[in-house]
Amino acid sequence: MLELINVSKTFNANTENEKKALTDINLKVDNGDFITIIGSNGAGKSTLFNAISGAFPVDTGKITLDNDDITFLPDFKRAKFIGRLFQDVKTGTAPSMTVEENLMLASGGGHWLSIGGRTEKAALRERVAALGLGLEDRMKTPVGLLSGGQRQAISLLMATLNPPKLLLLDEHTAALDPAAAEKILEVTERTVKEYNLTCLMITHNMSSALSLGNRTIMMTDGRIIFDTKGEERSSLTVDDLLLKFKANSGKALDNDRILLS
Amino acid sequence: MDFGDILGIIQSVTELGLISSLTVLALFLSYSMLNVCDLSTDGCFTLGAAVGAVVALSGHPYLSIPAAMAAGVLSGFVTAFLQTRMGINSLLSGIIVNTGLYSVNIAVMGGASILNLNKTETVFTKVKALLENTFLDGWQKVIVALVAVILILIFMVIFLKTRLGLAIRATGDNTEMVRYSSINPVFTTTVGLCVANAFTALSGCLLAQSQKFSDINMGQGIVTVALASLLIGGSIFSRASVKVRAIGAVAGAIIFRLVYAIALRFQMPSYMLKLVSAVIVIFAIFIPYIKKQYPMLAKRIFRRKEA
Repeated sequence: MLELINVSKTFNANTENEKKALTDINLKVDNGDFITIIGSNGAGKSTLFNAISGAFPVDTGKITLDNDDITFLPDFKRAKFIGRLFQDVKTGTAPSMTVEENLMLASGGGHWLSIGGRTEKAALRERVAALGLGLEDRMKTPVGLLSGGQRQAISLLMATLNPPKLLLLDEHTAALDPAAAEKILEVTERTVKEYNLTCLMITHNMSSALSLGNRTIMMTDGRIIFDTKGEERSSLTVDDLLLKFKANSGKALDNDRILLS
Repeated sequence: MDFGDILGIIQSVTELGLISSLTVLALFLSYSMLNVCDLSTDGCFTLGAAVGAVVALSGHPYLSIPAAMAAGVLSGFVTAFLQTRMGINSLLSGIIVNTGLYSVNIAVMGGASILNLNKTETVFTKVKALLENTFLDGWQKVIVALVAVILILIFMVIFLKTRLGLAIRATGDNTEMVRYSSINPVFTTTVGLCVANAFTALSGCLLAQSQKFSDINMGQGIVTVALASLLIGGSIFSRASVKVRAIGAVAGAIIFRLVYAIALRFQMPSYMLKLVSAVIVIFAIFIPYIKKQYPMLAKRIFRRKEA
């Protein structure tokens, strides 16, 4: 499915501020995988996502998606098959446009000059209703007036409206209050299951790193230091995870937002 | 002031208001929707006037309109290309194109800075002939301008509902989100500026033909005048739908001309037009700003007094 081969990225190369953000990343993601990613601050988790979604060209290595080489494909072209959500709830939606207009743009169906008809609007409304947040009655509300959780739910729906080959979730619940975060996580899990999405999720919540998905990877200093799935993973506890991190990276997991419970 | 005077003022206010509202609609698209302040508007307005005048002079009054609009599209494309493909700041691209257009416009007018259309057949003389001996006799300027505005308004409202129109709006609102929706913002910016500049050029073309001359300086400051009209319209319909806001832009242009005509009646010299527009634009942007800043300012003053 997704494969990264020897991918490296250095920022500000040959200057005092040189930072090796990714070093020889090799990652093979199978179809239907739901991988949770944990790591300390500056470990390169978001940089990994940026490399996959094409925010910058990588220095070395190759990225393939379904055997297509996407290493140097511009980001907006990759967006056709890679959906992405960010911690900042403002990233995924156009605030002055209504819920309906945002969704119509994301649905991407039809010609440039096509206008969403009644059937399309009704179908979108149904999808919004399926989120279970009561937003189907606010289709004409500008997204900027919604709460963070509601906005993130709309962003999630937009990213998965046409099920992408790959969904990247970059701490997408970190900026929400606990109740909204739990709700969004629940919707995420449901969506991923329903459309059998392949998904990578960066999280600072250790317990959901283990409870969600089928595989967990740990990153530090731009490297993947631990990769677990199957039986080994299901027997792990949060404490085990922290110990593993220390054993593999030589230091304690240092993330200022970390949630252990 | 007798009835004839008032009727005359109403006629000229609607005519000028409607013709300039086409430029206001152009800015509605580029400034309000796409969030680009297109400073090539002045030059593009004159370009439309020049191209329209030259084509009308060559004996094709109807063809002058699509010709002027095509010239506008070209000008918009260059402005968009500079800012999306050549890394030139969007304000600077507008200024550069505006400067370049000064030479282009004189070249279009065959090296002259003024073209006289007094004895030339224009869209207005054609329509005047059509309206002769009907109850609309003598209203050809208002009729032509009104038809143009209605057509452009209908186009605009439908266009902004299309997928492309939504993408243009989203580009002005959140460019990142457009990229994540797998749409290239370079494309949406280019289309938006091309369409907007076609309207600006149409506006210039109609003004030149209605006043029967094209002048190299006729576009000067039009961006500020149009922005003033746009912001007046926007202040009336601030929280309305896109459709109502587009109509508000036209209303703003007419209100602006009306206030200007009244001011002229009260002996305001006509050269004050641009200063008045400038002041309106400043306050229309400053007032919402100070409203947002005010709570902080109030707190700061209050705390100082306490201490």
